Amino acid sequence: MTHADGGFGPDLVEVFGPRQEDGGPELIQLLSPEGERIHHPEFDMDFSADQLRGFYRDMVLVRRIDVEATALQRHGELGIWAQLLGQEAAQIGAGRAARPQDFVFPTYREHGVAWCRGLDPLKLLGLFRGVDHGDWDPSEYNFSLYTIVIGAQTLHATGYAMGMQRDGVVGTGDPERDAAVLAHFGDGASSQGDVNESFIFAASYNAPVVFFCQNNQWAISEPIERQSRIPLFQRALGFGFPGLRVDGNDVLATYAVTQAALQRARDGQGPTLVEAYTYRMGAHTTTDDPTRYRVSDDVERWKLKDPIARLEVYLKRNGLADEQFFADLAEEAAALGHTLREGCKAMPDPKPLDIFDRVYSETTPELVAQRDGFAAYLATFEGAH
Amino acid sequence: MTTKVTLAKALNLGLRKAMEADDKVLLMGEDVGKLGGVFRITDGLQKDFGEDRVIDSPLAESGIVGTAVGMAMRGYRPVVEIQFDGFVYPAYDQIVCQVAKLHFRSQGRVKMPMVIRIPFGGGIGAVEHHSESPEAQFAHTPGLKVVAVSNPVDGYWMIQQAIAHDDPVIFLEPKRQYHADKAELDDTVEPGPLFASRLVRPGRDATLLAYGPTVKTCLTAAEAAAGDGTSLEVIDLRTLSPLDMGPVYESVRRTGRAVVVHEAHVNLGLGAELAARITEECFYSLEAPVLRVGGFDTPYPASRIEEEWLPDLDRVLDAVDRSLEM
Repeated sequence: MTHADGGFGPDLVEVFGPRQEDGGPELIQLLSPEGERIHHPEFDMDFSADQLRGFYRDMVLVRRIDVEATALQRHGELGIWAQLLGQEAAQIGAGRAARPQDFVFPTYREHGVAWCRGLDPLKLLGLFRGVDHGDWDPSEYNFSLYTIVIGAQTLHATGYAMGMQRDGVVGTGDPERDAAVLAHFGDGASSQGDVNESFIFAASYNAPVVFFCQNNQWAISEPIERQSRIPLFQRALGFGFPGLRVDGNDVLATYAVTQAALQRARDGQGPTLVEAYTYRMGAHTTTDDPTRYRVSDDVERWKLKDPIARLEVYLKRNGLADEQFFADLAEEAAALGHTLREGCKAMPDPKPLDIFDRVYSETTPELVAQRDGFAAYLATFEGAH
Repeated sequence: MTTKVTLAKALNLGLRKAMEADDKVLLMGEDVGKLGGVFRITDGLQKDFGEDRVIDSPLAESGIVGTAVGMAMRGYRPVVEIQFDGFVYPAYDQIVCQVAKLHFRSQGRVKMPMVIRIPFGGGIGAVEHHSESPEAQFAHTPGLKVVAVSNPVDGYWMIQQAIAHDDPVIFLEPKRQYHADKAELDDTVEPGPLFASRLVRPGRDATLLAYGPTVKTCLTAAEAAAGDGTSLEVIDLRTLSPLDMGPVYESVRRTGRAVVVHEAHVNLGLGAELAARITEECFYSLEAPVLRVGGFDTPYPASRIEEEWLPDLDRVLDAVDRSLEM
């Protein structure tokens, strides 16, 4: 690469200049923003009409969950909500690529992936309402609890994958047995030490883990240029494993690429970094105000790349879904919204004394004494108004 | 069978027993494999149990603890070695935010049966970051349990008990004792419970409270004081979180005086908590305020003056004298 000023190394204007605006030449795409099917030399695959309608239904329902949760926050029913608007394809594509025996580590925004793992979406609201820190059994869904500390879960994912290696469920050739880990994180997390250490450990032990980075361009107010001076997927090479950039607004490409990366991991060929190139259409959370730090032109430009709209165009144009399908889905979404609204408001507050019993597997005499003291104190208010 | 062993050997034997008893037990850390650890605590274990169970890790403490969390989630019982006390801080976030909280966060659905072994304390003539006593930082964290061994026999049993325990245990090993004294180890004698303090020398005039490396300091001080006609009781706390205060209260109610001795900085150290609890429970038995002897509130000094900084026999006896004069 030559520089106009005669310097050396990668030309940063090239890396983040106009070339990268649409994800750059290495962006893997199977469905264009206009709903045209694209054939990729390496990752092309055939999708059945059922599969395509399934992806569409997933994305519509997950967007509905997001819209309802955002509204519940506005009505004071949730303390906060981390929106996924715009990232539906990245999450459904990745989530559907994982098999039941795979294990998934989410951040706190993977509502779409949670949906794919079969979690009741109502369970996602507890953490944001403040009644729990996550109320599902990770081993029931092979889906870990939401992790709030940025990037911390990528190390857990790598360790879990190292456990799978020791359990003999990697590279046996049995498709029902072989398993891998899907580790989610974002562009902001890519700066964390833990993420970089997880890359090193996974590479060193050839662990069966797919690092799935949703690059939504923003870490609250900080743009991707603050986190990285090269496209994130290119970092993988420096750690010794492949990196791929996929159009994160294209559910077909995201599914195909993640599925291939997971299979590679299950086969014992080690980690892959998948960068799903997408855009956070909403705020970081309901407490954030993106108008303070980004221009609306960008948001408008990304609206044209909407993940749901492009699949809808494709389904309609190719006669893969009829009016009845869309009408039924709208009804299903409305019913889901109703269930979420009512379910959220009906969630009981936690009981103060329960917190003492959850600290340890084997509680301590000190904690029992504290709980008893607190119980006696609370009892003094009984009957009072 | 009875053998004479150092603390280092006792820990090595205890780790071996734990690995034989449960094939889910894994060891992980820097240089723990071929080298057997910089203190040789894991000597020979990789050779006998293989590289899948004794894992040499990249040089990244957060990575070691964070991946151990994932292995525990998968059903393993990881025992990680932090090479030196001062190197635990890169792993501090994983320990405090993940290891300590996962059981609570998951309402008990996710267990964290992990042991984090940390050689701690000074007195070995080392460079900076190799002589620290970070126990209070972990004892202050709900969700962790913290124990400190003081002798080979405890080392052998306590490491096995910590590994068999379902909660995460910070396991502190006084590094200057590793190769110091040998003790008779009879592995047919059933050990007492892990989370229990122990009276190690009875006395009448004052109670010395110690753990880890200062147990030996206090026993030596008590011996010297006995020559001067002062009878000191010594309690080895063994467990720092939870604290086992029963034997401490019983002792202080008899002696009326207590001196806490640890290498860690005095300010907000374990001694502060012990003094508070003793005051709450034994107020009317106290003849003097609870006194604390510990490291000064400076960073650990350069090693040529570390013996001045560390609590020693004279500073312990000085505190005892002050207590007795009140």
